Amino acid sequence: MSEILGNIHSIESCGTVDGPGIRFVVFTQGCPMRCQYCHNPDTWDIKENQRMSADEVLKQYDGVKEFCHGGITVTGGEPMLQMDFVTELFKKAQAKGIHTALDTSGVLFNKNDTTKVDELLKYTSLVLLDIKHIDDEEHKKLTRHTNKNILEFAQYLSDIKKPMWVRHVVVPGITFKEKYLTRLGEFLAKLHNIAALDVLPYHDMAIPKYQNLNISYPLLGVPALTKQQALQAREMIVKAYKQEREKISQAEHQI
Amino acid sequence: MSEVTSETQSAYEGFVGGKWQSEINVRDFIQKNYTPYEGDSSFLAGPTEATKKLWDMCCELSKKEREKGGVLDMDTKVVSSIVSHGAGYLDKNLETIVGFQTDAPFKRSLQPFGGIRMAETSCKSYGYEVDPEISEIFTKYRKTHNQGVFDVYTPEMKAARHSGIITGLPDAYGRGRIIGDYRRVALYGIDRLIQDKQEQFKSLEGEMTPERIQLREEIAEQIRALKEMIELGNIYGFDISKPAKTAKEAIQWLYFGYLSAVKEQNGAAMSLGRTSTFLDIYIERDLKKGLITEEQAQEMIDHFIMKLRLVKFARTPEYNELFSGDPTWVTESIGGVGIDGRPLVTKNSFRYLRTLENLGTAPEPNLTVLWSKRLPHAFKEYCAHISIKTSSIQYENDDMMRVTHGDDYAIACCVSSMVVGKEMQFFGARANLAKCMLYAINGGIDEKSKEQIGPKYRPITSEYLDYDEVMSRYEDMMEWLAGLYVNTLNVIHYMHDKYCYERSQMALHDRDVKRYFATGIAGLSVVADSLSAIKYAKVKTIRDENGVVVDYEVEGDFPKYGNNDDRVDQIAVNLVKKFMGMIRKHFTYRNSIPTMSILTITSNVVYGKKTGNTPDGRKAGIPLAPGANPMHGRDTHGAVASLASVAKLPFNDAQDGISNTFSIIPNALGKDEVFMGDLDIQLDCGCCEGTCK
Repeated sequence: MSEILGNIHSIESCGTVDGPGIRFVVFTQGCPMRCQYCHNPDTWDIKENQRMSADEVLKQYDGVKEFCHGGITVTGGEPMLQMDFVTELFKKAQAKGIHTALDTSGVLFNKNDTTKVDELLKYTSLVLLDIKHIDDEEHKKLTRHTNKNILEFAQYLSDIKKPMWVRHVVVPGITFKEKYLTRLGEFLAKLHNIAALDVLPYHDMAIPKYQNLNISYPLLGVPALTKQQALQAREMIVKAYKQEREKISQAEHQI
Repeated sequence: MSEVTSETQSAYEGFVGGKWQSEINVRDFIQKNYTPYEGDSSFLAGPTEATKKLWDMCCELSKKEREKGGVLDMDTKVVSSIVSHGAGYLDKNLETIVGFQTDAPFKRSLQPFGGIRMAETSCKSYGYEVDPEISEIFTKYRKTHNQGVFDVYTPEMKAARHSGIITGLPDAYGRGRIIGDYRRVALYGIDRLIQDKQEQFKSLEGEMTPERIQLREEIAEQIRALKEMIELGNIYGFDISKPAKTAKEAIQWLYFGYLSAVKEQNGAAMSLGRTSTFLDIYIERDLKKGLITEEQAQEMIDHFIMKLRLVKFARTPEYNELFSGDPTWVTESIGGVGIDGRPLVTKNSFRYLRTLENLGTAPEPNLTVLWSKRLPHAFKEYCAHISIKTSSIQYENDDMMRVTHGDDYAIACCVSSMVVGKEMQFFGARANLAKCMLYAINGGIDEKSKEQIGPKYRPITSEYLDYDEVMSRYEDMMEWLAGLYVNTLNVIHYMHDKYCYERSQMALHDRDVKRYFATGIAGLSVVADSLSAIKYAKVKTIRDENGVVVDYEVEGDFPKYGNNDDRVDQIAVNLVKKFMGMIRKHFTYRNSIPTMSILTITSNVVYGKKTGNTPDGRKAGIPLAPGANPMHGRDTHGAVASLASVAKLPFNDAQDGISNTFSIIPNALGKDEVFMGDLDIQLDCGCCEGTCK
């Protein structure tokens, strides 16, 4: 059998924000989504980049493993575009006792055919699921995709009890609205696998990247979310989450 | 053995006795008496009103100093010595720890022994003039270190110095990098130290070899300095001839020891040592007796640190350019772990770091944490907290240095490790290995001036550079450079000992000190990348009308140092090993042990200016990377891979230290409260699931 090669955009040996601990972060090349606030537009194109086997990635990890106690995160791009490669990588990593995290948008999830996903999740210690927008119409505007299967993926991960961090980028005027944040909180309250909630304040530091790539920046003029606003957003999500939890437990109590 | 007076007995009351009583042995005193602290920072106190007032005064004076162009006042008439000036204060009633280099804060002292011209230029640059009589004395009647060196330099030494292949030599300024064991003043009092020195002096009779004569003369000078230290104490109304009896006295006595050093030496680095845990013993004793409160303890430390922040020297604009500012390198080493496994962290280690919050951030004193995996967790957390808040802590690897130096060493300058009071070093600036490589390619012709500076070896004449050929020429050129460099330093240190001897600092050392002969290199990453380019890509030479290579064209990509790629990292490792091996072949002054550092922190900018285009594609004038850093922007695999490359460099061949300047935006270090790993809500699978330790 020929070796499965990954199409890799780049590797970051000191990742501190994509999962627990200091992590070895692999960015895969290619993404089907076009999120307006994407800060890695250079990973969109599925063009050929750096071809690497799982063993080659693990060899690089070996060189820095003393510092990267956290484990390995695969992000992108959309790593689930390269399901076979990531599965192979995680399988080999877990066999060595390395913690594996999959940072995904879930956009490729299809509840009618989960064979491959199940195989990948078997070797995934933690899923970092980016929920871009809780409202489907708004989600389509923001990413050019529906969020239906993404929310189904969240539910699926909950059903199989796969630990998950939910990540949510809060953008002024787009997701930074009480009604949406409340809906998100209520949705999350129904899940039983959330280990953490990662509120990501929108920033515009990717603008130079867009300029280099000659792509116009869709959110030009949208200000970065302040820390104060990020804290507010978190409060809104948590409040809704708690209230909904309360309701659910009362309902259960009545039964 | 000295007679133990009742006064000494009371000074030592409550201390566990030991060898430290029968011999000068501060380490033994610390080990027997210190209280390790594993707790957190919640005990710490904020600044007192007096502290705030005093610091406001300092800020006001700093502002005035800046407005005046960088110097507020200079002494042009009185040659600085331990006892040259009367007492100086900010506000006598508020200061718990007193003493300035001259009779007023912010007034810079006149120190002509390193070189009268340097002193004159320093003054002139700021609109002052050295008293003509003093200029005459130090020109006609009293030779300086600088004069001595230039009397002896060979034409080749002068040329290498001029072209910048050897740069930053301490031949016109104080070499620094010597740490007196200032703690001895507090623990023993000066009388006991003089007695010890007199015994040493007596032990050096008999056959009068030049070495013995030199040492006898030096000890005589040391005793003279110690006597003047007592006088310095008197000027401020203290009797430091006897051991310190309280924490306040211990800090004050120790500071007088240090103050003596900076009154006499305008050294490139005037480091403090490792004092926090020593002083903690006194503070703990006073706290237990109820003599002081935590607020008072912190206040004394704040005031002490404030004094260290105000150490100032008269320096020239060129000097400031080389070192990017006006650094004094008052390095204080904090923490570390003892050889018995107990961390040397005490409450006072926290108090020192706390000054960065109480007084605000400052580059001096250079608070350096001796980092070990085994430091108490709460201390690590506090260090991280202060680092994030102030960016003002330096970290060094205690686990690595302890093997060589034990557990009572300290850092001089930024990375030079030495056992306090037992080891010293001869500071030796840097050889520019990048420029040396260009000399190898051009047969000793300087790529900028086009003068023949190095030996006239056969230049490389091919259009494309061949790795083996370049390496073989480069090794020859490095051999030449190593020899010239070591011998230049031999001249410098001979003359420094002769005309600008550090008597007050050496008075606080043992009789037989281990001397390190510290060399250094600059341009490591440029050379590694250049050689990698030559090996893995194609490098075309571009020549001027005389055939001198003045530029390079790199065709194709090549592995770059800083990405944890062995193909190039091993080139860097081998360079370090090779050059150190070459240094070791030569005679070094006073049986000193040669060491090497890879540590430019600021001077890499000046070295870059003096280095032409290099085969890695770096353009002339672009700064070399600092220390052992990868070249800016070439480490593309993240911080850990970058650090992993640096970590491969062998400490054995770079024992004087390897520096890596690392800056990171706090957000890249992880999440703050916006992230909710530990939600205050009930989590179904627990926050620890999916995380790891």
